[in-house]
Amino acid sequence: MTSQPVIHVQGLQKSYKQLHVLRGVDFDVARGSIFALLGSNGAGKTTVVNILSTLLKADAGAASVNGFDVATQAANVRESISLTGQFAAVDEILSGRENLVLVAQLRHLKGPGTIADDLLDRFSLTDAAARKVSTYSGGMRRRLDIAMSLIGNPQVIFLDEPTTGLDPQGRIEVWQAVKELAEHGTTVLLTTQNLDEAERLADRIAILHGGRIIVNGTLAELKQLIPPAKVEYVEKQPTLEDLFLAIVGDSGQGGSDGADSNNSKGK
Amino acid sequence: MTTHFFGDTAVLLGRSLRHITRSPDTIITTTIMPIAMMLLFVYVFGGAIDTGSDSYVNYMLPGILLITIASGISYTAFRLFLDMQSGIFERFQSMPIARASVLWAHVLTSLVANLVSLVLVVLVAFLMGFRSPAGVVAWLEIAGILILFTLALTWIAVIPGLTAKSVDGASAFSYPLIFLPFISSAFVPTATMPGPVRAFAENQPVTSIVNTIRDLFAQQPVGTDIWIALAWCVGILVVAYIFAMVIYRRKISQ
Repeated sequence: MTSQPVIHVQGLQKSYKQLHVLRGVDFDVARGSIFALLGSNGAGKTTVVNILSTLLKADAGAASVNGFDVATQAANVRESISLTGQFAAVDEILSGRENLVLVAQLRHLKGPGTIADDLLDRFSLTDAAARKVSTYSGGMRRRLDIAMSLIGNPQVIFLDEPTTGLDPQGRIEVWQAVKELAEHGTTVLLTTQNLDEAERLADRIAILHGGRIIVNGTLAELKQLIPPAKVEYVEKQPTLEDLFLAIVGDSGQGGSDGADSNNSKGK
Repeated sequence: MTTHFFGDTAVLLGRSLRHITRSPDTIITTTIMPIAMMLLFVYVFGGAIDTGSDSYVNYMLPGILLITIASGISYTAFRLFLDMQSGIFERFQSMPIARASVLWAHVLTSLVANLVSLVLVVLVAFLMGFRSPAGVVAWLEIAGILILFTLALTWIAVIPGLTAKSVDGASAFSYPLIFLPFISSAFVPTATMPGPVRAFAENQPVTSIVNTIRDLFAQQPVGTDIWIALAWCVGILVVAYIFAMVIYRRKISQ
């Protein structure tokens, strides 16, 4: 473990015509940690991720990933990262396995077939491996998307709103996958507007608002920013999510592929 | 980065060729319109058109082949547009691959798909009585011109593919290209056209290309038409390529 931050962002600015989306964003991400970037719609989370993954150029400021400047050493940055965008970037016409093989080949790795099979297994997609992705459920598509991002063991993974549009099981599957990533030493920067998600996953949380990072700290640090909690006795009702998962069967461990829509729709 | 250019292009070409083999309807819809036109012109209008040639299907096949290409390239724009929309384009761009490969794979896919369509149309023409005394060399020359024309139109198709805001926008550009052969020597001799129309018909690219292919099929001397045809194809190719590349660079480094 090095003490140098793996992602370093300083004074980042970006405007789209009249709209100043980023007005000077600063943050660092430590190697091997999960960093959550919180913000409402249009706060500029995706803009930050796209600049860090070399898809966009910043107007001002500096950003580096894995020690490489995103503007001047873009090729090195691309070797170090993987991007999972807001919409599952999978090829609908290819099968799940073909999607994985494609990415492995594009990363110039040896034995793309073996790599694909390992990931299919790890993400519980083996049964659906030969099916066209267009037949996958939202959760399976997201899992495949994340699996594609892991090929070549990139040191930094960007997950842009990884659970948007997923049902509760799908969300739990993705959370599980993200936690495993961090256990393997991968640095994860995830953006979300789901506060619960940030609370469950992130080592550090930053809030992007008005084009700047207004708060940045661990959950415990953030909690100190508001007045101390009062002790009240409240009967703990199960949430609708608890209820839903209890009825349809919690499948946090990868779930049942494809068949889940058949099982859960029962009487 | 450039060291991987050919490998990456080959991998991505394999991907988009798979798209075609899994939705062969794109080939069928590409060929159906030119084949329908060919039937219409040969069996309905053809009898009333005096071309001075004894077989009308021989006369009009070159124009039909160009229409086939013009309708085929709209799928190139469509496929590129879908890649831009689906996010897979961004995934490729954030990976350590040769960036030009993404475009070249689409361009080569367009070439393969159009060649398959052209072969199908020529086979139907044979069934309808098309005959040519052309030898291997002439056929290769015809193939070369058609490949050049396909590449030129494909690079034009890349531009709406990259910039379109909707699926309709991505493919609508091909309609004028499909109709260009009608105001040329493709179906009727230009001599019967009124002055300004005739001037346009005789000086637009399709006429010289059609005349060249027709002469090659008939084993006639091609004259200067072939040089005009090649100049048009290469000129369109170079200009479209430069524009497409400028737009592409702007897209990938905003």
